Amino acid sequence: MALTLAEKIFRSHLRDEPFPGTKVLDIDVVMCHEITTPIAINDLVERGKDRVFDPDRIKVVIDHVTPAKDTKTAQQGRILRDWVRRQKIKDFFDIGRNGVCHALFPEQGFIRPGYTVIMGDSHTCTHGAFGAFAAGVGTTDLEVGILKGVCAFREPKTIRININGTVPRAVYAKDIVLRIIKELTVKGATDCVIEFQGDVVKNMSMESRMTLCNMAIEAGATSGVCMPDEVTVEYLWPFISSEYANKQAALDDYKKWWSDNGCAYIKVIDLDVTGLEPQITFGFRPDEVKNISEMEGIPVDQIYIGSCTNGRIEDLRVAAGYLKGRSAASSVRGIVSPATPKVFREADEEGIIKIFMDAGFCVTNPTCGACLGMSNGVLAPGEACASTTNRNFNGRMGKGGMVYLMSPAVAAATAIEGRIADPRKLRREEL
Amino acid sequence: MKTFGGKVLFLDRSDINTDEIIPARYLTEISKDALKSHMLEDLKLEAFDPQAMQTSEARVIVSRANFGCGSSREHAPWVFEVNDINVVIAQSFARIFRQNMFNCGMLAIELPEDVIERLFSHCGGSAELIVDFNKDSFTISSAKGAESISYVISRFDKALVEAGGWVEFADARY
Repeated sequence: MALTLAEKIFRSHLRDEPFPGTKVLDIDVVMCHEITTPIAINDLVERGKDRVFDPDRIKVVIDHVTPAKDTKTAQQGRILRDWVRRQKIKDFFDIGRNGVCHALFPEQGFIRPGYTVIMGDSHTCTHGAFGAFAAGVGTTDLEVGILKGVCAFREPKTIRININGTVPRAVYAKDIVLRIIKELTVKGATDCVIEFQGDVVKNMSMESRMTLCNMAIEAGATSGVCMPDEVTVEYLWPFISSEYANKQAALDDYKKWWSDNGCAYIKVIDLDVTGLEPQITFGFRPDEVKNISEMEGIPVDQIYIGSCTNGRIEDLRVAAGYLKGRSAASSVRGIVSPATPKVFREADEEGIIKIFMDAGFCVTNPTCGACLGMSNGVLAPGEACASTTNRNFNGRMGKGGMVYLMSPAVAAATAIEGRIADPRKLRREEL
Repeated sequence: MKTFGGKVLFLDRSDINTDEIIPARYLTEISKDALKSHMLEDLKLEAFDPQAMQTSEARVIVSRANFGCGSSREHAPWVFEVNDINVVIAQSFARIFRQNMFNCGMLAIELPEDVIERLFSHCGGSAELIVDFNKDSFTISSAKGAESISYVISRFDKALVEAGGWVEFADARY
């Protein structure tokens, strides 16, 4: 029987089917951060069940508010630190080694094709870029994951999106996924997995694939997925070289997860990106998307480059390519948060940090930062931010604030102009 | 098992997200009770007042499509729970929010658009809604009259409500 990638993962991980249509899966990796995990830990302690199913398969980071900003966030960090020590969890990333979970954990090689991954964070769908089934869950699902190593899902349905054509200059994965969300709407993929296929995806780096999959949740999807291929193997090779004789052997093994010819999709969308303009949101939903040419000239107060969507090294390279030798307009505050220490270090070595600083940007430590307005970079009522993040919800970056979602290229061009600007009109230096 | 029913709060908008239900700035709390006064604080809905009597007296929410989209934060069902709202009825839900509701032993009931429209006809009539969990139905009554409506939830979701939540269900079984 022809199966989708998601169906294959469900079959291989099926622990139980308590009722028809409800699949309880064994989970390979349970990821935790300091915002949604402490209440699960406290509940387990209260229930007298302060245990973990497998300390090696639990990965923990403090990323949303770090360093702690007040007593409450310090307590969240402390609960996590005490628990990690108590449960002998060795993969824990604290100050100095921490970064945005969905950038950090892939870098550490924790995700493999065919894996099941959960986290108390909706952007967990990012990890589907490796050909994994990766789903954001609430604290109760996380708690059961920590204790039992299982999670329940409905039978997955898959939407396939074939992305083909020639990617125009100044158009990136972010523009493509915003265009897709516009088409699907914010609820168009609810209870579905989105499969990103086509030549454009095949030619994308893992970083760009993660940007695509990261925003699958904004169309309501459970997970975004890409087929694991040579690019996946190349990225993972430092972590898997002892498991396979060579890269070809790894690739041959990973191909078993590919969706079969003739498998059942509930929808197939063909997207030709030739002629696609840079995309940008205009309202309070991520499916409210326009072409850049319709939005040029709108003033903003803040620029934010970072997050699990666009805080990786290739994002910083693109933005810095526009900013090199230029300055952010005096009317805007530029903030960049390299997503991980590795990204920060590479950006430093490549001279990118200097370019940002010369352009008048504030460079923060790796953190989720301004994205959800709970640590730094909060907007005042009536202010607007040009942001490379993933959500433009009302109040997301601060009560009464407005967020425009865009690629790092558009954010950099907007920083220079002080108003929403089209990066196609600027020269970019290849870094 | 929780009790399901009471005064209805109508939220006449689709795509109400979890940032609006409980803003991220309150996610630094480590107790559910601390969330209580911030329910629906950032909701973008004309004439809605999170501090109004109508809001604080509500025991049931009726809304439109894609309720609870966005963040995975279970703080969204929790802020309803600590305000004694254990039922949300909508045309559809975002997956994580829906699962979080049942995982907490709460009810997320999906109904077709025309039925939701009928429920909204009770808006402004000081509506009360009582759920008969065993019969998969509820009665809504207001100045505009009363009617009984049946709903469908999956056997798994029903079992979670009966067990008191997913931790109880999973702990007994795995």
